[in-house]
Amino acid sequence: MARWLKPSVFVLALLPLAWLAGRALTDQLGVNPVETLNRFLGDWALRFLLIALAVTPLRRLTHWAPLARLRRMLGLFAFFYVCLHLASYVGVDLFFDWAALWKDVAKRTYITLGMAAVLLLVPLAVTSTDGMIRRLGGRVWRRLHMLVFPAAILGVAHYWMMVKADIRQPLLHAAVLAVLLGSRLWAMRRA
Amino acid sequence: MLIRPAPHIRESEITDQRLYLNRRSFMALGAGLGAAALLPRRALAAPLDYTKGVVTVDEPQTPFEAASTYNNYYEFGTDKEDPARVAPGRLKVAPWNVAVSGECAKPGTVALEDLIKPHRLEERITRLRCVEAWSMVIPWVGVPLAEVLKRFEPTSKAKYVEFTTLADRDQMPGLRSSILDWPYTEGLRMDEAMHPLTLLAVGMYGRELPAQNGAPLRLVVPWKYGFKSIKSIVRIRFSETQPATAWNKYAPREYGFYSNVNPAVDHPRWSQAKERRIGEFRRRDTLPFNGYAEQVAGLYAGMDLKANY
Repeated sequence: MARWLKPSVFVLALLPLAWLAGRALTDQLGVNPVETLNRFLGDWALRFLLIALAVTPLRRLTHWAPLARLRRMLGLFAFFYVCLHLASYVGVDLFFDWAALWKDVAKRTYITLGMAAVLLLVPLAVTSTDGMIRRLGGRVWRRLHMLVFPAAILGVAHYWMMVKADIRQPLLHAAVLAVLLGSRLWAMRRA
Repeated sequence: MLIRPAPHIRESEITDQRLYLNRRSFMALGAGLGAAALLPRRALAAPLDYTKGVVTVDEPQTPFEAASTYNNYYEFGTDKEDPARVAPGRLKVAPWNVAVSGECAKPGTVALEDLIKPHRLEERITRLRCVEAWSMVIPWVGVPLAEVLKRFEPTSKAKYVEFTTLADRDQMPGLRSSILDWPYTEGLRMDEAMHPLTLLAVGMYGRELPAQNGAPLRLVVPWKYGFKSIKSIVRIRFSETQPATAWNKYAPREYGFYSNVNPAVDHPRWSQAKERRIGEFRRRDTLPFNGYAEQVAGLYAGMDLKANY
């Protein structure tokens, strides 16, 4: 079972993208396709970030060691969907209107926060290889990768602030993140 | 009654008659096909008898299918698709009464038919610009609000008009979550309400309004952000003081009383300089007063539009 775990999760993680591509090719992205594309990718970027953050607490809970092997892959999937979300915003929504992009980043708090989250995730993706872990040393690497926590908080804040009025979905994401971060604090205090 | 001064519209804004008729027949076909393809419970709305108005836009109309499936009507859910899914069949549009009260000589409750019957319905093709920075071009059918309001003989104390949307938990599942302070209310200054561009609409695309678009009676104020064009009106009240409005109460910094379309005044969280016209890929520039500056800018002469957003 453990042998199939990673390849199956890999395929599962590609399903949202496949679904999106299917809808796009059959012209089924709805009345406002640009908005659908952007929101869909943003939703999945945040979901994968939370899923990646759930690996360690789940491993502790189940004592099933093979789960640990999923952590890097899911983290990279989160980064992958973050990149697609950013690309759809800059390339499709703004259509490379750099002046508008700069204004958005400077003036719109939710976009500033979103961009900050992306910047925090870049060094994590870059240092995700075995070679980089060896070069940095486990201690430094682990410390660096704690940046995922502020990045996730910024991600949820970005989502929360862009919603017009109905904050039930952002609230749900914030609650999940709180549980995931809380479980780490709890594990630390017991250790 | 039959002769009415036409709103002042530039000649260039009036579509060539032949083109206009062509587009109408094309649209009618599209609307018919679109409606036929929808769920069976969403019966085709009754066609309306109306005159073609003088107010049009020389820009392609948004397909009926898009205008009737991408809606903000939080009483039926907060996703754009919710109202079209939830409202038809749930919203009971007949019998429908409108209670008129406040600073007027002839207050009272009027049945929808009696409210509309004395007037000639006319079609007006106008831009709709949502505060969320998307827009549509919609052929509405209705009566100038001014004509209806005059019948109630507003007094000199009537400085504002307040409108209220139906708030019935049995019909509107969205009311269970207190996102806005229900019932939804909106308001206009008296001169805005009496302006010839302000329409009391009962239909669109030649037929009665679909439930999700605010059946059976809604406001259309084309130079203001869409949320000012309140849906499913049950109450009209003339008042001396500026009425509280739903979105303004929710976030006063983000949604002002006036809410005139203004590319120079951004929403605190996003830019209003451009908009995405539904059906187009690239964003287009947003026009002051949604392109109706020539007709309505005078209403705000001397006012600081940045302060009175």
